[in-house]
Amino acid sequence: MSTARDEHLPGQSPIAWQGQQIALVDLLDRVLAGGVVISGEITLCIADIDLVRISLRALVASVRAGWDTNTAGGTANPMAKGNIP
Amino acid sequence: MRAKTSAIWLYAVVPAAQRGAPAGLTGVAGEPVRLITGERLSVLVGDVPLSDFDHDPLRDHLEDLRWLEEAARAHHRVIDAAARSSDVVPLRFATLYHDEAAVRAVLSERLEDFTSALQRIAGRTEWGVKAYVDPDMLAAPADEPESDQNTPGTAYLRRRRAQRQGQRDARQRAAQRAEEIHTALADLAVGALQHPPQDARLAAYRGWMILNGSYLVDDERAQEFAAAVDSCDQRFPEVRLELSGPWPAYSFTTEDRERQGEQS
Repeated sequence: MSTARDEHLPGQSPIAWQGQQIALVDLLDRVLAGGVVISGEITLCIADIDLVRISLRALVASVRAGWDTNTAGGTANPMAKGNIP
Repeated sequence: MRAKTSAIWLYAVVPAAQRGAPAGLTGVAGEPVRLITGERLSVLVGDVPLSDFDHDPLRDHLEDLRWLEEAARAHHRVIDAAARSSDVVPLRFATLYHDEAAVRAVLSERLEDFTSALQRIAGRTEWGVKAYVDPDMLAAPADEPESDQNTPGTAYLRRRRAQRQGQRDARQRAAQRAEEIHTALADLAVGALQHPPQDARLAAYRGWMILNGSYLVDDERAQEFAAAVDSCDQRFPEVRLELSGPWPAYSFTTEDRERQGEQS
């Protein structure tokens, strides 16, 4: 889990994870999209990025199912698709 | 000849001086992690069953989010544990070989790449910074009082126009803030890049994510970097910043992603 910085502690030192659960989305940004790519012998024919998209789409769908029933509305995020003007 | 029942999952490349895998470490299949040692480089690997990790079953598993999450966390756990005692070059999730000879061949074929990657990240750590804004705080205050002279129709149209303009302005201001913050942080880093903003439904945040950055920072500047994150957080009241890390240098293992300010 990333460190919320609401408290404005000046000079706060970098915080190690210290056993906190890392947010899955932060992990996927790095584990699925980062690291050195070498062509393994068992290769996934689906391009990596498609794989991520497929998985995330499924995750969005499952999260949304819970979200819609629990949360009325929620702020739409025009930045989410990378369309920063 | 008996058919093989396992494949080799690769986690990270480490200098050959590294002796053995961290004790008790298990990987994506719950398997003990071991080290394949080469002349100058070694690689952390695990033997995983083909029944789950051959092409077809693996593809099916990757569509299963619970499986994907567990495997992603396990992959990270191994790399993160190794990074505590050595420089490591993380390898992309789901890199698999049939036998050790092939793994050794890759180690020597890619020796230069891996060696320069190790040099690039030595004594440095990746930090993640995400920035969110509350769009309401970016929007200009509505300063147009309801006028009696307007018909309800024109008043509505004017309101709509003002709303649309307000949205555009807010987005522009948000993008400016993101750029300011990214530039300030990239100045303290030897490498910087932006991941695409995360979907609000996945990351469960409110408002807009305006920055999802990774920064490769010299370890002696880590405090300074964290202070800069704090300072941006305080300078811009409408922005909330989150620092994450230390991360193994997942985002900085190839040369072309190294340039400062690069947008991915």
